[in-house]
Amino acid sequence: MCTVCGCGEGETRIEGHSHSHTHEHDHHHHEHPHDHEHSHEHSHEESNSGHTHDYGQGPAHAHAPGMSQSRMVQIEQDILSKNNDYANANRNWFAEHGILTLNLVSSPGSGKTSLLTRSIDDLKNELSLSVIEGDQQTANDAERIRETGVKALQINTGKGCHLDGHMVGHALETLKPDEESVLFIENVGNLVCPAAFDLGEAHKVAILSVTEGEDKPLKYPDMFHAADLMLLNKVDLLPHLNFDVEKCIEYARRVNPGIKVIQVSATTGEGMDTWYQWIKATRQITMIGRPSHIVEA
Amino acid sequence: MHELSLCEGVLQALQENAQKEGYTRVMTVWLEIGQLSGVETEAMRFSFDAVTKGSLADNARLEIIDVPGLAWCMQCAKPVHIKKRYDECPDCSSYQLQVTGGEEMKIKELEVE
Repeated sequence: MCTVCGCGEGETRIEGHSHSHTHEHDHHHHEHPHDHEHSHEHSHEESNSGHTHDYGQGPAHAHAPGMSQSRMVQIEQDILSKNNDYANANRNWFAEHGILTLNLVSSPGSGKTSLLTRSIDDLKNELSLSVIEGDQQTANDAERIRETGVKALQINTGKGCHLDGHMVGHALETLKPDEESVLFIENVGNLVCPAAFDLGEAHKVAILSVTEGEDKPLKYPDMFHAADLMLLNKVDLLPHLNFDVEKCIEYARRVNPGIKVIQVSATTGEGMDTWYQWIKATRQITMIGRPSHIVEA
Repeated sequence: MHELSLCEGVLQALQENAQKEGYTRVMTVWLEIGQLSGVETEAMRFSFDAVTKGSLADNARLEIIDVPGLAWCMQCAKPVHIKKRYDECPDCSSYQLQVTGGEEMKIKELEVE
């Protein structure tokens, strides 16, 4: 059971968090400031699944003769509002602690974890780093990251195809990233669902490898639209492939005119410095206004 | 996309709203789904029925209101209709478009008792 809100997590497993049972959680006490304004006593609806009281067809139970007892409720609520609340709580927490958070998204097999381990190896002496790994199953990736010596936490989403703000919030409690550090969140390998689920990150970074199709930005436009940076990985393999880099970048700009593109190879190290520059520059922006911020000449 | 999680989100919102507004049954749910939101309405209907089984919205009718994709064309300096995120401007063929509408996924209205 989770200590903050008493929720169970379904099939989601967060390392260091022991959610062993699966129950529906619909009462996050800390989330609903308005919950008890109207104190109607009615029991929960789950119990009457066996039979149906159908008064909806006519005036049966209406207070005024001839009037249906049904009514309209204007709700105007974003379907993702719940996730967005969790994401905003994460974002505030990151801001408070001066943490730059990057949400790395890609299809499976783009070389995300290799790119990440190399980046960590190259940056860990300069910056304080930590990693949240999202996969459906196994803690293999978190173990790979831990071998580099930085803090890493695995979230297994079970049935889920994406990380959400709630999972990341809980992961932060266990992982405890350092003040003014850089947190990488390696999302579940999936170019569809993670686009819609804000985790509270500063930027989404889409990783596309040249062994995939150059038209992926068009096939999965939501993701490339949501990302601020695209890392085109495995460029060392370009001589052996029919991958049109220019075309790929053009497609990415079609769905997102503002996207930045860096060509990298996690194997040879080509382009990696530019990626590190981007991280450092972005971190500078995160740090602006903090007491420890020193303007570099 | 992830219509099942979205429907779970809808059901959660209904359960919370039911407590606040004091109703026990939902007969109709109107959702506003933008054409650029990446939501497949057929999958949404399928998931909705599955997710709401045995809940306060069991057998509820799902009405989906399509919201067209809209963008601002920077070349023409005017709003234009688009069907996909990577559509070009229908007038000037530029890709310099800022999406301004059609990304919503919203629970608009409910019929309850």
